Amino acid sequence: MSARREARLWVVQRASAALLAFCVAVHLVTIVYAVRGGLSAAEVLSRTRGNFAWMAFYALFVFAAAAHGSIGLRTVAMEWLGWKKSTADLLMWFAASGLAGLGAQAVYAVVRP
Amino acid sequence: MEVNELRVNVWRGGADGRFQQFAVPRRASQTVLDVVTYIQRRLDPTLAYRFACRVGMCGSCAMTVNGAPRWTCRTHVDRVARDGALEIAPLANMPVVRDLVADMREFFDKWAKARGQFTPTRTRADEFAVVKPASRQRMEADAGIECIGCGVCYAACDVVKWNRDYLGPAALNRAWTLANDARDGGQKARLHAVAGDAGCHSCHTTMSCTELCPKKLSPTRSISGLKRATLAIVLRGEDGE
Repeated sequence: MSARREARLWVVQRASAALLAFCVAVHLVTIVYAVRGGLSAAEVLSRTRGNFAWMAFYALFVFAAAAHGSIGLRTVAMEWLGWKKSTADLLMWFAASGLAGLGAQAVYAVVRP
Repeated sequence: MEVNELRVNVWRGGADGRFQQFAVPRRASQTVLDVVTYIQRRLDPTLAYRFACRVGMCGSCAMTVNGAPRWTCRTHVDRVARDGALEIAPLANMPVVRDLVADMREFFDKWAKARGQFTPTRTRADEFAVVKPASRQRMEADAGIECIGCGVCYAACDVVKWNRDYLGPAALNRAWTLANDARDGGQKARLHAVAGDAGCHSCHTTMSCTELCPKKLSPTRSISGLKRATLAIVLRGEDGE
């Protein structure tokens, strides 16, 4: 199982990195653009509320960040903290579900109509 | 101490040893191996070190010189000495046998673990395999084939330091040259061997191996080749165990 699992995690890590590169670029450009008109919660919400495109974009962003960050944490835990693989796997799933859950909640909060 | 003398700190003893200082006369075109040999022949015959060919072919004389692993026979003192001082220690990431001699067993055992052996598919009764020199596979193999097994890349690798099971740049580079050998019959088993949790996916691409390889090879490139090749395991769902 080990070979397949490690190869699979590597693919997810790489693919999520590519997604993040795209998402972060869009996110930063949007920030710079949005700030020109003065930054306020009302202004942000007027753009995102009920907007399905922004919801899809930020859902993808959250998913990629949760996958990428948690796989990275697993490696850090094994290499720097000397954790066993099984323990590091638990950390990975905990971090992934935590990030995905909190992120999904945030996405819902800004796009709900 | 005279200006034309080198101050050389040499590691003595095992893992719990310490540095001992020697004064060695400076010579034109002097290599680090010349310095070590001078110490052993003239100053302290009990100094243990390893060398054989003296011309960069055998890969046995690698040591840590001023903090970085290098082949000592082809490293000129001019290039590495700082203010007339040298610090020479055994290779890192390997147990110390004594003085400048590192135990390379684990390093070579990992070549075997990475399935670094050629698996023949023909007998002497068969025709020769024809491998075109300009074919992509042959060129990939050529790029990594000149490894002399000196252990410099392994000693330079941060991932080996963090993960003792990591197969390391040299073993993975060897696996990649064989992965591009059209005559080899052990491909599937090899890809599984190098895709485990201590294999190619552990590489962080810090490239110390490529930076310091005395043969100017790029194990980093070989490892990324293996990463791509092991995609088949994911895509086809091959388990191999």
